[in-house]
Amino acid sequence: MIGQLIDGPLWYFSLAVFCLGVLFRFFTILRAGLKPDLAIPRAGGAAGALRNLFTRFVPRRDVATRGRLTLVAGYLFHLGLFALLFFARPHVDFYAERITGFDWPALPYWAFIISAEIAFIGLLLLWLHRLLHPVTRLLSTADDHIGTGLVFLVMLTGCLALAQSFEPLRLLHLFLAELLLIYFPFSSLMHTFTFVFSRGYTGAIMGRKGVNA
Amino acid sequence: MEHDFAKGVEELGRQIDSRIASYFSSCVHCGLCAEACLFYTETGDPRYTPIYKLEPMRRLWKEQHTFWGKFAVKLGLSKPLTEQDFADWEELVYDSCTMCGRCSMVCPVGNDIAYMIRKEREGFSTAGYSPVGMQEATHRALTIGSPMGVTLKTLKAALAHVEKDTGLKIPMDQQGADYMTLFSSMEIVNFPEYIESVARIFDAAGVSWTISSEAFEATNSGIQIGSHEAAGELVSRVVNAAESLGVKFVISPECGHAYSAIRWEGPNLIGRPYKFEIIHILELLDQLQKDGRLQLSGHTDTPLTFHDPCQIVRRGGVVGPPRDLLGKVASGFVEMADHGTMNWCCGGGGGVSANERAEELRLKVFDRKRKQLEELGVKTMVTACANCRIVLEEGIEDREMDVEVIGLTELVAEYLTTKSAQ
Ligand code: SF4
Ligand code: SF4
Repeated sequence: MIGQLIDGPLWYFSLAVFCLGVLFRFFTILRAGLKPDLAIPRAGGAAGALRNLFTRFVPRRDVATRGRLTLVAGYLFHLGLFALLFFARPHVDFYAERITGFDWPALPYWAFIISAEIAFIGLLLLWLHRLLHPVTRLLSTADDHIGTGLVFLVMLTGCLALAQSFEPLRLLHLFLAELLLIYFPFSSLMHTFTFVFSRGYTGAIMGRKGVNA
Repeated sequence: MEHDFAKGVEELGRQIDSRIASYFSSCVHCGLCAEACLFYTETGDPRYTPIYKLEPMRRLWKEQHTFWGKFAVKLGLSKPLTEQDFADWEELVYDSCTMCGRCSMVCPVGNDIAYMIRKEREGFSTAGYSPVGMQEATHRALTIGSPMGVTLKTLKAALAHVEKDTGLKIPMDQQGADYMTLFSSMEIVNFPEYIESVARIFDAAGVSWTISSEAFEATNSGIQIGSHEAAGELVSRVVNAAESLGVKFVISPECGHAYSAIRWEGPNLIGRPYKFEIIHILELLDQLQKDGRLQLSGHTDTPLTFHDPCQIVRRGGVVGPPRDLLGKVASGFVEMADHGTMNWCCGGGGGVSANERAEELRLKVFDRKRKQLEELGVKTMVTACANCRIVLEEGIEDREMDVEVIGLTELVAEYLTTKSAQ
């Protein structure tokens, strides 16, 4: 009964909240409005926005040194999670069945394990850093910890479910993922999408000034 | 300016545009921006983390633009901003930020934190929570025409000296000249050699130029304190003078924020593009030199480096010209490890140098520049901003260093091929 709920209606409900919530967040950003820049530009804003969207994936020299731990952990976590989310065999099958209607090559089991390890190490390091470093301690809000905690639990149950092939674990994993989907649009996890706006806006204005931001 | 806390909060809310909403939405509280800010790196105080300086604005954004925030307000669970919050943050917003924009270059999600601070100051200044020194400077700029109280009479006296020393006539209110030149008060009072250099260079290059008796001040205290009304008024004085003289260009002098004020913010402040163009003095010199109108001969072999004024280079986009010019007149030019758009601020921009309360902190964070200079081992630093120059000189004196600071325009003027030598 609960299994059916998690596998069926709750999944569709959480997906709907996620999609509508994300769209609503985009709307609230755009609704705030932006006045056109009347200064004569040196170069095009669109090119600057596009450039910044990609160049920010590469850290600048001195921050790469001073913030090495955050950067390395950040890369490990994001890359590992990306691989798990889109290339773990059960996920590929799940998306093919529920969303896309087609599948794509999945990671072999050993690559799945490596991705999971990388993601876990990254996430735990980031979380520890958040808890221990004076700067991140000062900045962090309950939302940051809830988001991190939920992602952690989803990853943990997902790995256990795959390793144990145990149906209740799969359901628990799916249930937590659904909670995450519902929580997502109302949290700073939204950076997954809004970084396109923030990098874009900054890149555009700096591009107009002729600066590679 | 009228001060009112409620109006300040209202103004702060009005400043939240799509850019700011996207920035707050994207911030993951990673703390990387702290590593780029000299106020944090030199003090180790986490309160100086750039995005933390935006906490009052973030709280307002949350209340007004997010689901949880609105929900909490409805349930009476959210604590609205209080005067105490403004009082507590005033130091962070004004004393510990030069709006240098270095943090804006490193944030992984691309937040332009300096832009946010600029906007946050609008709310703070409306609420009356801004440093007295900056309030007075803005008042003087609006009433006397200069933040340092420099009047037309003072300018004329400085020009008379320049005319005597150079034997050149300085054009004033010349209708139809190509270029109208602005100066910063600091140049008029502390570095008249800048004016002299400009006069000599323009004479040698045959530039048609003028100064306006109506608007000669380049600095804009309104931008620094965060008052778009004051800033707009100061910009429109220059625009009116330039348009009534019918000039093609207005030259922004060796002053950082003056350039970003008139070049990038100005048209937005007055709500229309200008009928003339803005050019920075370094851009013009570089252009004249490339066109062959500015003939230079000889160079210095002294090892020297360049301190990039943040508002001209990182925030202004004038990155190449100072380097091209130095390449012509200084064979011993070497770059600091972090230079160009990733330079470190002098510590006194964004109105910090006009804020006496911030002096101790400013001198402390000068350590960043000291370390940069010591790493490089040069004893001469060239710059292109009168404010940077004063702040650097004070820092050098305070740290008992043996380093000389010189202005780039003056250095160029030193190697001018005089007419008689041509
Ligand atoms: S670097 Fe950017 S994302 Fe990280 S805390 Fe600072 S503003 Fe937020
Ligand atoms: S703009 Fe400069 S001084 Fe201000 S917070 Fe950013 S790095 Fe620090």
